[in-house]
Amino acid sequence: MSDILIPTEETLAEAPPPTRGGGAVRYVLTKIGGGLLSFALVIVLGFLLFRVLPGDVVQTMTRNRPATPEMMAALERRYGLDLPLWRQFLKYVGDLLHGDMGTSYVFNVPVTQKIGERLWPTVLLVGVSTLISVALGLWLGTRSGWRRGSRFDRVSTGVALTLWSTPTFWLGMLLMAATTGLFPTAGLVYSDTPPDFFSQALDIAHHMVLPTITLVAVTYAQYQLVMRSSLIEEMGADYLTTARAKGLRDDMVRRKHAVPNALLPTVTLVFLHLGFVIAGAISVETVFSWPGLGLLTFDALRVGDLPLLQGTFVVLAGAVIFMNVLADLLYRVLDPRVRAS
Amino acid sequence: MTAPSPRALAWRRRGTAFAGGWREFAKHRSGLVGLGLLVVIVLLALLAPVITDRDGLDVTKATGGSLDPPSWDFLLGTDRAGRSVLLLTLWSARISLTVGFVATLLSIAIGTIIGIVAAHYGRWVSGGLMRITDFFLVLPSLVLAIALSTVLERGIGTIILAIGLTSWPPAARLVRAQTLTVEARPYIERAKALGGGHLHVITKHVLPAVLPLVFVNTTLAVGSAIVSESTLSFLGLGDPDPMRPSWGSMLRSASLDSAVIVGAWWYLLPPGIAIGIVVLSFTMVGRALESVLNPRLREG
Repeated sequence: MSDILIPTEETLAEAPPPTRGGGAVRYVLTKIGGGLLSFALVIVLGFLLFRVLPGDVVQTMTRNRPATPEMMAALERRYGLDLPLWRQFLKYVGDLLHGDMGTSYVFNVPVTQKIGERLWPTVLLVGVSTLISVALGLWLGTRSGWRRGSRFDRVSTGVALTLWSTPTFWLGMLLMAATTGLFPTAGLVYSDTPPDFFSQALDIAHHMVLPTITLVAVTYAQYQLVMRSSLIEEMGADYLTTARAKGLRDDMVRRKHAVPNALLPTVTLVFLHLGFVIAGAISVETVFSWPGLGLLTFDALRVGDLPLLQGTFVVLAGAVIFMNVLADLLYRVLDPRVRAS
Repeated sequence: MTAPSPRALAWRRRGTAFAGGWREFAKHRSGLVGLGLLVVIVLLALLAPVITDRDGLDVTKATGGSLDPPSWDFLLGTDRAGRSVLLLTLWSARISLTVGFVATLLSIAIGTIIGIVAAHYGRWVSGGLMRITDFFLVLPSLVLAIALSTVLERGIGTIILAIGLTSWPPAARLVRAQTLTVEARPYIERAKALGGGHLHVITKHVLPAVLPLVFVNTTLAVGSAIVSESTLSFLGLGDPDPMRPSWGSMLRSASLDSAVIVGAWWYLLPPGIAIGIVVLSFTMVGRALESVLNPRLREG
């Protein structure tokens, strides 16, 4: 949802500032503290969004169904909605810290259990797609940046921008329509697959082909564009002239000198843009009925299951914040310039 | 002949600057193509009530067969209810573009205000506002938008609000950075020394200086707002009224009507291609504008 063209330049310009004194410990603590503060905000936001904003919870639950006032009162008591708001908030935070996110209205099981079941398919899909998309983006970005303005550069940048402008779910639907019969289009495994590890893994891989292609297609553009612009920035640097003057081949100059330096902003970007990837995953999982957190969000949304929505919101937002803290820490390890000053 | 008034001089100067900017913009072929496409699409969307009949959107008055392929009567075929896909695509442009524009204006307005205030007042105001901005920047905005549109009443207003309230952080950071560079210049100090208050400095000096950048940012952001709209509508958070379709809700209907399984490409392709063209046009125009306003980006 965020515009990759703008925050990208921002990220490059405002890399984590060098810390003064205090050193490593202070840096790590600040970053972790900031992350914890953000997570606390997510928890508060999760509560405010689903409890305070207009729209009566019990009304939503009983939408399209006849319900007597007694039934509604019973429901309110059951979910603790008859308590004053501040008591509800304390109970919500207390429960959350104990790993209890309430009970799903629809599935009638604890939200944590449901999220636990659906977590791994999403991790698998997002993980594999991100790996492929980073590798593809870095490779294409390096090639097009090194030969800036060449035909390869123009074509690959154009293709990347076009794919990036396409709505994720539409691309998925098109792929599905174009490859009818070749790949399964719903779920994680066929129910009749033998239970041994090898057949299961193969079947999951078969189911993953289309969702992965879709997710890679809409996400690799950002890595490519950043790698390209960051390499172009490095190309004016003096140390490359020195390397060339030493008589290194063009290929060596690129691989050993330019790329490692250009890689830095891109690596942190992988983590920083996880929110964008998660948005893509929600669409992809919905289109391909991939049983992950995205599909769970969509299901909860369809039936108005507020505790479940609240749970997925907190977990998805929490994961992104965690990855961002990780990115900040990683950046320090990777870039000696930040460490030295 | 009397000397021209200062006001006339100012307008003449603006005219020259605009002409110069236009010449620079016209050098970018992709920018011109994008602008041309956008003008055509906006005109078509505006003229939809004149050149077509809105009754065609009414499912009870549909005349075509169910999921008919393209024919001379229906150039892009029909949907499940027998409505013309061409007509639907045309009318959807109105909602999709409106949501895209208004949501972007909302998000840019929030971003600009927060960015300028943070940079102008500095100290703890800046610290606090930027902390909040960074928080919203990393938050997956689609998840937040979904949450917002769940708890509010379904409709165009909610979608606009959900997109506007979740997509402002990049603009805020950009405007803050720009404001900081502007405020470091001597003419701001001069204005302050002459007794200009906060409001005067912000509205008369800082705002005009950051507006060009804000303008470029707006152009680039409309595209992503339109994609967000289509995603939210596809997930079923859009306006449920079939008389007010958007490209996203068309694709939702196509998916529900199993257009993918039937292979009804005439139903699947037009809305998606329309989104792609509009988004790409905005991106091309935005990039061309960027190089007009930022000489560093011009290819030497």
